[in-house]
Formats: sequence, structure tokens, C-alpha cells
Amino acid sequence: MGILRLCAWLESTRVAENIRVSTWLFPTIETIHVLSIILVVGSIAMFDLRLLDLASRDRSVTEIYDDVMPWTRSAFVIAAIAGGLLFTSSATKYYQNIPFRLKMLTLLLAGINTAYFEFWTRRGITAWNHATRTPRAAKIAGGVSLVLWILVVAFGRWIGFTKQ
Amino acid sequence: MVQAFCDWLSNTPISLKIQTIVWIIPAVQTVHILSVSIVMASMAMLDLRLIGITGKRQPISSMVDRFVPWVWRVLLILAATGAILIIGEPGRELLNWAFRTKMAMVATVSLITLAVQQMNKRDATFWENRRIAAAAVGVVSLLLWVAIVTAGRWIAYV
Repeated sequence: MGILRLCAWLESTRVAENIRVSTWLFPTIETIHVLSIILVVGSIAMFDLRLLDLASRDRSVTEIYDDVMPWTRSAFVIAAIAGGLLFTSSATKYYQNIPFRLKMLTLLLAGINTAYFEFWTRRGITAWNHATRTPRAAKIAGGVSLVLWILVVAFGRWIGFTKQ
Repeated sequence: MVQAFCDWLSNTPISLKIQTIVWIIPAVQTVHILSVSIVMASMAMLDLRLIGITGKRQPISSMVDRFVPWVWRVLLILAATGAILIIGEPGRELLNWAFRTKMAMVATVSLITLAVQQMNKRDATFWENRRIAAAAVGVVSLLLWVAIVTAGRWIAYV
């Protein structure tokens, strides 16, 4: 029960206390969380759609990657920090919430999918960078990413309806 | 009058149906948020290009042609999912000032986007030749979209 104790400690910190007590702090952090997730999902979807051959076929894969990924990364960092603060405010409740756990699992899978793409699939990119028909591995990476990020949003929304 | 309309709407069979099936509202909200992310990311790309910060490899005109049609299509999905949410909980939305502010901002930004698209259709170099106007439009549009998302989330709190 090490994690649950860690959650209980997080919840007892001044930061958590302040977020719980304040009337505006939670909704404000949540708004920042939602805004940044929207940017993460929207920007990564553009790249995924290119990998799937469904959009921006007149532009090279790396061009889309360079345009989009810096925004995806910065927005992800902000979403993670804001999300961490929201988690801290009622850590034990979130930790025990099923949609929350599914969201974290889905994020982990999305991370593995991205790592696999970055370290393996992207290696041979020069061969298909300008192609309008991307290879199967690239299509799988794009499709998996799109599905996982849709699930992240769905589970995230579900937390609000199930957290006690 | 709005109150009476909300009372009537919340007692219609379709509203009662939405109220009794617990997964409808979260599922529709999820589709709504995913649609917002498509519109928001597209508009952010276009607005940042109008301001002159990013995407200079592409002319403004091709960015307008690339992104704005997506925005219109997805706005229809947003209107449809939004309508379901209103029918399910009329009082939560129609009597809420954050919701009303959000709708006013959506109308404003839609008109601005329509103007950007129409000017571009008439003259593909219109915005390239008007840097300051383009930057101003980009800033206003971007701020409006951020405010729209913010107001949307605050419906639950005010």
C-alpha cells in the first residue's frame, strides 16, 4: 500500500489543501489542463493523419513533424503539470478511480507507441518522407496513436462523472 | 421566459431519455471535446501564421484553404453534440452566463473566420499584403478560442 500512503501524503500538503479550499483554483487549473490537452490531441492528430495518408499529403512527413511536435511537447508538459496539481488535490480518490487508472494506462501505451515510432519506424523515414503512401508501420503508429489519444480524452471526461 | 422554455424542454421525451441513460452526457461531452481539439489546433495553426510566428514555409492562403474547411465541418459536429447536451440539461446551459458568453464568442469568431476565408477567396495575397491587419485578426481569434474553451469549462462552476 505504498502508493496509497504516498497519495495520502500528497493530499496533506499545503498545495493540495489550497486547491481543495479555494473556489477558483481547481476550475482554473482544470481549464489550463483542458486547453493544453486539446492542443496535444489536436496537434498529434494532424501528424497521425499524415502518417495514415489521410491529410496533408502534399507535404513531407518531417515537415509536418517539425511544424507540429514542438507544440505537442510543450502542451503535454503543461497538461502533465496541471494534471499533477489536480491529482494532488484529492490524490487518494483519483488513485482509486477506475477511469483515472485507465487514463494513466492509456497514456503509458501512447508513450510506448511514440517511443517505438521514434526509435524504429522513423529511422527509415527518408525512403517514404515525401510518399503519399506511407508504409504499414507508419500507418499503424498513426492509427494506434489516434485511438489511444481519443481514449485518453474519454477516460479523462469519465473521471469527472465517477470520482466520489 | 427562458426558464419556462427550459422547464418545457426538460420534460420532453427526448430530454427525459438523455437524462435517464447515464452514459449519454459523458460520451457526448467526449465527442464535443475531441471536436474542440480539432477546431482549436487548426485555428491555432492558422492564427499563429496570421500573426507571423510560425509556419512561414506555407503561404497564408494555403493555410486558410487547408484548415478552415475542417473548422466548418467540425463546427457542425460541435453544434449537434452541443444541442444534445442542451436538450439533456437545458437549465444547466441556457440559464448559465458562462454558456451565454461562450455562444456570443462562438458567433463572433465564426464571423471573423468567415471574413478571413472570404477575403482570401477574393484575393489569395490579401492577408500577406496586410501584415498588421492579419496579425490583429490572428490575435483576436486566438484569444477568443482560448476564452471559448475557458467559458465552456466554467459552465460547470458558475
